[in-house]
Amino acid sequence: MSFERIKEKLNILADAAKYDVSCSSSGSNRTNKNKGLGDASSSGICHTYTEDGRCVSLLKILLTNHCIFDCAYCVTRKSNDIKRAAFKVQEVVDLTINFYRRNYIEGLFLSSGIFKNADYTMERLVAVAKKLRLEENFNGYIHLKSIPGASDELMREAGLYADRLSVNIEIPTEKGLKLLAPDKNRADFIKPMLKVKNEIIQYKSEKKLIKSTPKYAPAGQSTQMIIGATGENDMQIMYTSNHFYKHFNLKRVYYSGYVPISNDSRLPQIGSAVPMLRENRLYQTDWLLRFYGFNIEEILNASHQNLDLDIDPKLGWALRNLHEFPVDVNTADKRMLARVPGLGMRSVHKILNARRFNKLNWEHLKKIGVALNRAQYFIVCASNQFERRDLTPEHIKGLILQNSKSKYTSMLSTQMSLFN
Amino acid sequence: MQNTLLIYDGSFDGFLCAVFYVYEYNVVTPKIIKASQYQEQLFSNTETIITDKEKANRVWNSLKIKCGKRGVAQLYYAFLSELYNVENTLLEVIKYAFKSTTSIMKDYANMYVLEMSKITKKVSREKHRMEAFVRFRLTKDEVYFANIEPDFNVLPLIETHFRKRYADQQWIIYDLKRNYGLYYNLNTVEIVVLELSKNITTNTTSEFFTDTELEFQQLWKDYFKSTNIESRKNLKLHNQHVPKRYWKYLSEKQPF
Ligand code: SF4
Repeated sequence: MSFERIKEKLNILADAAKYDVSCSSSGSNRTNKNKGLGDASSSGICHTYTEDGRCVSLLKILLTNHCIFDCAYCVTRKSNDIKRAAFKVQEVVDLTINFYRRNYIEGLFLSSGIFKNADYTMERLVAVAKKLRLEENFNGYIHLKSIPGASDELMREAGLYADRLSVNIEIPTEKGLKLLAPDKNRADFIKPMLKVKNEIIQYKSEKKLIKSTPKYAPAGQSTQMIIGATGENDMQIMYTSNHFYKHFNLKRVYYSGYVPISNDSRLPQIGSAVPMLRENRLYQTDWLLRFYGFNIEEILNASHQNLDLDIDPKLGWALRNLHEFPVDVNTADKRMLARVPGLGMRSVHKILNARRFNKLNWEHLKKIGVALNRAQYFIVCASNQFERRDLTPEHIKGLILQNSKSKYTSMLSTQMSLFN
Repeated sequence: MQNTLLIYDGSFDGFLCAVFYVYEYNVVTPKIIKASQYQEQLFSNTETIITDKEKANRVWNSLKIKCGKRGVAQLYYAFLSELYNVENTLLEVIKYAFKSTTSIMKDYANMYVLEMSKITKKVSREKHRMEAFVRFRLTKDEVYFANIEPDFNVLPLIETHFRKRYADQQWIIYDLKRNYGLYYNLNTVEIVVLELSKNITTNTTSEFFTDTELEFQQLWKDYFKSTNIESRKNLKLHNQHVPKRYWKYLSEKQPF
């Protein structure tokens, strides 16, 4: 392969792919067999981090940035005047293998602009994965971006070679999507997603009967939404998410703060700040749903449609529900411990273990690593010095904010100053 | 009361033999120290421990029963930290484990158990980082070569990971700080001690590496650059994830 040519293509096609925030390389169960190359059975590894602090674990590229569509939020859109390029199938295979052998990456994340039509494009993505698996005996991670509108046949094949499949919803509401991506319609996302979901279900039932059933997308499906490009509120975003988690068994939903890339009157202007803090709050909410046993209605509802920017969503929930506190760390159940601000799941498990040996007091909790500056207002323990004052939510919030130096404080102040 | 200094060879088996000695001779105030760290001290009894695989195994097996598989793994990880005095923290944990009738490895309210678990966490963090930050370069002999200088002695911990992953290529991971490495010859992993030229650590040399090697490093560097989104730049976060002391291994961080 010609180094100069590949170098140019890589620069163009990596640059165009970077707005996809999915970076996970975990959750698969593909182990190295027959002395092949690679092993996707371990939990994912970030091999490096970009200067914006995001993890790099996969070679994330577009197969091509030619596209027949014109989605306003996308650099690759038809009407954008940029250099175009396209990889050959073999070139992507060579890059992936050589990067993997040097331990730069966990695998490949291949997406693409749409050339000609959905199936023509999807077919090539599948060809890359197939070559990697069958010719190179590659067992590393492969994530393919499904092309909206791709046929069921191709989606079935895709799942046989890929670890994960995704279709990006991009815009949380149908109305927003119509506005910004006139060529797309929601049904075209839903169809391949549904196909993959059903194949996964079928795989699981067949696997029970026949052990040798070939794997189908073992790391499941994910999707991504762009945040802050259209005017939806946090409740609309998270309810959409929740819907996809529930009805499509998605493994992950990613939230991507919109990075202004064009002067289009439908979108925030170039130079407007990326809503990173809001994005972070959405991820925190997502975690509360997936790992902390919260229902979405508890966090966002008609009377509380947006997440607080100055405090995290768990603290926000606790302050609105002070009647549930204080919680006794020596007797409370896991569910309730997980709801205490300042207690992460790690601390919860440590507490559950440690309290079998000793009645825990403040000293113990501190040593275990509980963020007492937040937790102290919500718990009691084997010590009689605890918060006895009858504090209002506002008062507690004030005390906590006073004593916490969040890594987002500086970000918060710049974002807040926009409103001055 | 006077300490009894137990001097051992620095190996894990040696440490287990020191533990054996403590129980065999009922040493009341033992202090275990590596021979390399020992400085002659007045007023102390000293004993030199002789490493004996069989005794080490006896201790190891009873520890497995007392502490469980995860528990002994924790002890081993913490030991590999090579931190000054870690032996004595571990000895306290072991004494507590032998005394107790139930498993104590999760009693985080115990000072020594907590201390050990903190050290273990540090070591496993570095293990994980080495799995991420090792960068192989293809040598003219068709061996993928990587050099590292971890704070802790994590090479024994990362062997399985790399063996499972790179089953079809020869590789060496070399710890420059401790001067030994692992060599996978397509069948087994051997411990090797090499005389390495100083140039080996610089990426640009074509003395050892294939021509395409430099091209792939360049492609990786370019890739790294093009994935960055300038308007989201956050160097503080970046440095937290990729501590500066590791930059020297990372081809994407090299200035050429
Ligand atoms: S279809 Fe995809 S690549 Fe094409 S413009 Fe829309 S978002 Fe961009």
